[in-house]
Parts: sequence; C-alpha cells; structure tokens
Amino acid sequence: MSKRLTCDVVVVGAGMVGAACALYLARAGLVTLVLDRGPVAGGTTGAGEGNLLVSDKEPGPELDLALLSGRLWHDLAAEPGIGGAVEFEAKGGIVVASDAEGMAALTGFAAGQRAAGVEAQVVDADRLTDLEPHLAPGLAGGVRYPQDCQVMPSLAAAQVVRAARRAGAELRTGSAVTDILRAPDGSVRGVRTTGYGDVHAPVVVNAAGTWGGEVAALAGVHLPVLPRRGFVLVTEPLPPGTVRHKVYAADYVADVASGDAGLQSSAVVESTAAGPVLIGASRERVGFDRTFSLPVVRRLAAQATALFPFLGTVHAMRAYLGFRPYLPDHLPAIGADPRVPGLYHACGHEGAGIGLAVGTGHLIAQSLTGGPPDLDLTPFRPDRFTGAGEER
Amino acid sequence: MELAGARPGPPFTVTLDGDEIDALPGQTVAAVLWSAGITSWRGTRGSGAPRGVFCGIGVCFDCLVVVNDRPNQRACLVPVTPGDAIRTQEGTGHDELG
Repeated sequence: MSKRLTCDVVVVGAGMVGAACALYLARAGLVTLVLDRGPVAGGTTGAGEGNLLVSDKEPGPELDLALLSGRLWHDLAAEPGIGGAVEFEAKGGIVVASDAEGMAALTGFAAGQRAAGVEAQVVDADRLTDLEPHLAPGLAGGVRYPQDCQVMPSLAAAQVVRAARRAGAELRTGSAVTDILRAPDGSVRGVRTTGYGDVHAPVVVNAAGTWGGEVAALAGVHLPVLPRRGFVLVTEPLPPGTVRHKVYAADYVADVASGDAGLQSSAVVESTAAGPVLIGASRERVGFDRTFSLPVVRRLAAQATALFPFLGTVHAMRAYLGFRPYLPDHLPAIGADPRVPGLYHACGHEGAGIGLAVGTGHLIAQSLTGGPPDLDLTPFRPDRFTGAGEER
Repeated sequence: MELAGARPGPPFTVTLDGDEIDALPGQTVAAVLWSAGITSWRGTRGSGAPRGVFCGIGVCFDCLVVVNDRPNQRACLVPVTPGDAIRTQEGTGHDELG
C-alpha cells in the first residue's frame, strides 16, 4: 500500500463488538476502519452460542446494558435482510429450579430483576411442560424471561460488518495492529499494522475481546482482560420445537458471577435454526489452553440430560471451545480511557458479548460524537483497575 | 499384478427397510449398500433431497442412516453385523421428538 490510510476511527477487532462499534460509528458519520489480525468473527465471537440474555443478570450496570442492547437488537433485526440472516430469534429463556430452596432463591432474584425493568414470569412446576414438553419431571418450577433472544454469532458479526460497510465503514482483515501511535502530548494518532503500514486516526477503539489487554498495553495502559475457557457441545440435528426456549438451571447465574479459577458448569440448552441443540457454558480459568477436556464436556452432558432426559439418547456430534474475555469485576470496559486521549475501549464482555455488543457500539458512538450517552459509563471505566489484588 | 488373496469370512445377510441384502464380514453399511447397487438412503431435513456417501471417511455426515433403530449413524463408518436392521432415514431421524 503506497497510499497513506487516514480515517476518523480505527476499530481494532472484527468480532461482534468491533462490528457493532463500526456500525454505529459509521452511521454517526465517522470515517471508520475495522482491522483484525484474523478473519471476521475469528476469535471469541465464532466460538460462542449467541446468547442475548437478560435472565442471568442481576440488577446493575450490566443488566442496564443488556436491556439497552435488547432494544437495539430488536431494531437491528427489523432492518431489511438482517433478522433472518443472523438467525435472530426472540424465543425467550426459562430458568428452572430443581428444589424448593432453589425456587425460592430464583423467585427472589427475579423479583429484583422485575424492579429493574426485566420481564420475568414465575412458572409453576406443573406448567413447565406446557412451555417445554421434554423437560425432566420433578423440577420445582421456573421463571420465564420473554426478553431473552438468540442470534447465530458468526453470521451476526458478518452481517453487522456488512451493514457497517454499507454505511461507509471499511474492513481490512488479516492485518495485525502492532503498535498504537502517540503524539508528543500522549494522545493517539493512529496504529501501526502488519499489512498496511501506519494508519492515521485520532481515535482507536479497542474491541479486541479476550486480547483487549494486549491492545491496551500497546498504548501503555493496564487493562486486565483474562481468558475464561468455555466448552459448548453440539448435538445431531433435532426436529424444530424439541427445545423451544433457552433453558438452563438456576445455578448458571452463580457460575457466571464466580471469580473462582476452577471449573464451573451448568448446562444452558438451546436449539439452533440449523437443527442441532447447543449445550453450553462451562467456565474455567486455564489461560489460552485449547486442550479438549473430556471431564468438562461429560459434566455438561450430564447436566443437560438432567434437564432434558431425552438428550441421553441423542448423539453429540462435536464440541468447541472459546475464551471469554473476563475482567475481574465481570463488567466490560466501555468508553474513553482518561490515561490516553483518543483511546477507547469496548472489550471484556465475558460470555455476554454477542448480546451486549450493540449497546456497547451505540454507547461508543455516542461518546465519540459528544452526545450524552444513554447509560452512565462510570461503572465501565477502563481505568478502574489498579493492578493490585484484583485478579481474584 | 499380485493379488492379495484375501478370503473374507462367510457371508451373511442384513436388511434394508426389511429387504434382505448380502453382506461380508468387515464391510461397512455403506459398502454393503453400494455392493447391492444402492447409492441413496437418506432424505435431507429441508427438501428431502436424496443422500448417500459423499466423503466416505466419517467427516461430512452426509451418509446418515438408521441402524438397529439408532438414527444418524454414519454408514461409511459403521461395520455390519449379521441381521442388522438398516433403515433409510428421513429428516432428523428423530420424529419421536418435536
């Protein structure tokens, strides 16, 4: 490339979050370039389930972001050619409890969520099979969350990148960012890339997901994004309607909130448009270890068959794993980094990034165009980590 | 050419949708069906288009078939045993669900 590249904003990362940032930035009129060292959705986005959940979030900033994102996802899905192409399904979630004690805790949790704007309907035990005919007998009850939705994450990132390009954004894959260029006053003036030399821009958005800490380090700032490994089991295709909602056991919420490095797992079961049922959601901190773990997927399978006994007669075709970008307080980093003028972060969404991406992109665009953001970004401040004793 | 001189064990029969067909020990379901001149034994989930062996090495999941009431068996991998009841498969093979 002999021509020097110049733009308003460089987005580092072409996963779901980078795609959403690019979409809202381009639509706000900013000349936007998305860079990724690999392909679109080549990292965590392509290795998840596509959950757009409010059900697993307690009242607080992440839930507020999930509710905002839910509205934006509905808007996006209603745009011509997007909803079907990303397999958007507003199927709702059902969280079930196995005993009376669990049901009491779940009902209390749901009451708090309702006060925060979540639709949550208590379902008595004898009504569960009306909603999910193949659920195990003997469950204590559940809560139905109509706002939970689903997309196919790789398609979602690809289609949102496409929409961003229609709005004027440019995409360059296969080109890594090796440095963040700074002016003498410390502010961002661009990035150095392996494929296109120096790209000049006054703003860089770090949407590098699990690798967001490395991108932050290029600008000399500390952002402790850690990988949390998650396995997903894929069954053979099953008839439509076999599993109708996103169904999981109430224990999942405690697993998500855990900071324990050891294995947590609780099955989240959902069907896909293509037919296979996905069984997800182990979480363990083992670095970037890609070793297949039979004990983990065996445990997932056992938990899934406890929810849906018929799964015991169904083959698992394969399993895949991804590294969820985890920040110590389980909140993403969103917004301007006060330590480096021009550097913005949009990463660290852990296992919720597909859902939270659109709210994140919208908020990034708002903060770059000077408007008041729809949400208070203080809880998401990228400089909130001191580096001492936080990596619990 | 030097022939290996292989001598398979005694033949036996299996059934496809109830009809007896000949098989030799060590053959896969796909080999038995091909030997009987049958190249298609599944209808796809969407349009019911005919399917048989594609990759032949267990990767593509195109040759799925019902063996002894278990759907979604890869015909190219499953060895036959005497009396196996093979059935053609329509869709997911899991009509009992849904």
